[in-house]
Amino acid sequence: MTTCNCTQNLEAKYQELEKVFAKYRDVPGALIPLLQEAQEIFGYLPADVMKKISEEIGVPFSKTFGVATFYAQFHLKPRGRYIVRLCQGTACHVRGAAKVFEAVSNDLGVGRNETTEDQRYTLETVACLGACGLAPVMMVNDDTHGRLTPDKAVSIIKKYE
Amino acid sequence: MNNLLDKCCNKCTHTPQTPCRDYIKCRKEGPICHDDASCRKKRQDILDTINLPADSDRKNILICAGTGCTSSGSKRLVDVLHEELQKHGLTGKVSVKITGCHGFCEQGPLVIVEPRKTFYIRVQEEDVPEIVEQDLLNGQVVERLLYKDPATGELAQTYETVPFYAKQQRLVLHNCGHINPEEVADYIANDGYAGLVKALFEMSPKEIIEEVKKSGLRGRGGAGFPTGVKWGFVRKAPGDKKYVVCNADEGDPGAFMDRSVLEGDPHAVLEGMMICGYAVGADEGYIYVRAEYPLAIERLKIAIAQAEKYGILGENIFNSGFNFRIKIKAGAGAFVCGEETALLTSIEGNRGMPRVRPPFPAQKGLWGKPTNLNNVETYANVPHIIRKGGDWYASLGTEKSKGTKIFALTGKVNNTGLVEVPMGMTMRDIIFTIGGGIRDGKKFKAVQIGGPSGGCIPEENLDLPVDYDSLTAAGAMMGSGGLVVMDETTCMVDVARFFLTFTQAESCGKCTPCREGTKRMLEILTRICNGEGRMEDLETLERLGRVVKNTALCGLGQTCPNPILSTLRYFKDEYIAHIQDKRCPAGVCPNLLVYQIDPEKCNGCTKCAKNCPVGAITGEKKQPHVIDTDKCIKCGVCYQGCKFGAIYKA
Repeated sequence: MTTCNCTQNLEAKYQELEKVFAKYRDVPGALIPLLQEAQEIFGYLPADVMKKISEEIGVPFSKTFGVATFYAQFHLKPRGRYIVRLCQGTACHVRGAAKVFEAVSNDLGVGRNETTEDQRYTLETVACLGACGLAPVMMVNDDTHGRLTPDKAVSIIKKYE
Repeated sequence: MNNLLDKCCNKCTHTPQTPCRDYIKCRKEGPICHDDASCRKKRQDILDTINLPADSDRKNILICAGTGCTSSGSKRLVDVLHEELQKHGLTGKVSVKITGCHGFCEQGPLVIVEPRKTFYIRVQEEDVPEIVEQDLLNGQVVERLLYKDPATGELAQTYETVPFYAKQQRLVLHNCGHINPEEVADYIANDGYAGLVKALFEMSPKEIIEEVKKSGLRGRGGAGFPTGVKWGFVRKAPGDKKYVVCNADEGDPGAFMDRSVLEGDPHAVLEGMMICGYAVGADEGYIYVRAEYPLAIERLKIAIAQAEKYGILGENIFNSGFNFRIKIKAGAGAFVCGEETALLTSIEGNRGMPRVRPPFPAQKGLWGKPTNLNNVETYANVPHIIRKGGDWYASLGTEKSKGTKIFALTGKVNNTGLVEVPMGMTMRDIIFTIGGGIRDGKKFKAVQIGGPSGGCIPEENLDLPVDYDSLTAAGAMMGSGGLVVMDETTCMVDVARFFLTFTQAESCGKCTPCREGTKRMLEILTRICNGEGRMEDLETLERLGRVVKNTALCGLGQTCPNPILSTLRYFKDEYIAHIQDKRCPAGVCPNLLVYQIDPEKCNGCTKCAKNCPVGAITGEKKQPHVIDTDKCIKCGVCYQGCKFGAIYKA
């Protein structure tokens, strides 16, 4: 029988966070890199983590929250195992990215910035991935996929278990 | 000695702690401090494996590992190739090199075999054995993998004869796709860091600035401010501590030249920043890279670590007394951070919102210190200018726009990719000669240049020489150089709405004209696209656009009306068609579309009826079908699926 070791995991994550704090002590302008590394560890930014970061570098929580909500990279809610990021850049747009989004969104049953119930996928859009030569393009975690059609995109995403 | 940068024997004393001023020259022409034929030969042998002499019996296989080719599967090619080479006992005679982007992403994965420079396109795993047996073993070109000119049907035997490359002048992109970006020796073997050495030992900071002024180089980030003049301001600004910052927050949708330079030739950017640091009196540099570019960040990290290891970056560089360190800052996803003051605010750890200028960053920049901020492509031009002189650089381009410019050519054009041409080439040459014309034999409508800050240029302006000033006069701007080609099936109102959706979402909200103006303009455009527009909307759009342009705080707001104003200027009839006739001439805006079936062409295959998600299509088998326009949700599935072209948009 498997036992849930969430609390243990969480403790390990906080220890990891302490190491990150040590790395950035006395580094000017550390708030953004701290949030980035914290998100790497936790997968998103829980309120408690943001509070810890604020205390660590001595800024009001409101500022940390302000920065975290300003940038598209930061997420305040848990996300899926696979982040599907559909490019909405100009080149992708004129080559039919909207239809690709529609197909993927229908297939996963979630809208923009939403996560499937099984925590498998989070669907996001991105302004430009810089792979315009292969438009329309998407990224699934760190893999880039190009020359998409609505059907092709849906079948690629299915391969990510 | 395995690496060009290692010492040849124990007589060499160069280390980062005990630097030698002849280090770079020694590695290429040396040894210099002692005369030893065997040491010399060791160096020459390594150089010959990096740049193969034309008569070499060795071969180099270059595999593009840029983002485009990687997504087309180039990484797997490397492993398969190594296996095949081993199988045929070629491992010692053939080197497999990973390179940065070649720019012709459309045809990827790209593979080049040197020294003959045979250029293979769309290479898949199963093609590898054939390349190894036929080309590497028997010296026969694999013709079916060569690029075929669609116009003439001619096969391009070498990389230089591919029409896409033949008309280009690759200066900044020279190394991209030819050197291994993860190996500093490759860069040095190709004149790398020679500009830095010349700057440190043969020129004063003042002379460097004069040389850059003479070259006529203007900022490649979009605004086109003269680079040398900016450097002069930073040098003159009082203060002991100054910074050099590289803007690699390439956020314009449709532009990816900075990404390719960082991924394909990162040392060129480091060298440019170091020369700038020496000229303006700074000892610290930051590169602000988009978080969406993980590969660029990785390559920069490798480049910085290697430069530090060999004493190219750090304290007392080459015993010149000059110190310089470079740090990477990863952006966190905000388009406005491409604006210089917002970028600096973001490095300081804040919400990336612009500040009022003046004071300009040259006076008060990062942490209140004088700061020189240029973009990736600008810095990558600098080593060439220092090495070959400002006069040489000024001989390229037009009267007021010097040198070359990289464009990201995308959209409905046959050859998409990165294109570097001298300033002043006509748009027609770029799109129709290099780009190979419009896809699928469609008709050209417009080219969008400069991303959300730029404008659309119609057919009648295609013969304009492309430079900073002519583009601004035409209502567009150079921007970062994204060129998105649009054909008759692109709706210009929809394009304007697309850009406004983007700028509205990215507006930081600090100043009212941009925060409120983008919102209102977007509302009006959406209304027009939905067929609910009014004629007075056009006047309101024009007036709002002018107000936002004149009153917004930063470049984002000041330029965001350009896509609207330029489409209104050149394509007003399309706006009117949307408003008065409730018709989208390009057949894009779904609310204004009616799908119909041509009974002459329909043979009743029933495919559309089966695919229709709302059951709007009915008809007997083998009889023409009909679409119930009331039920139709205009998803276009029937239109895309019909093999007989029987469904049309009205």
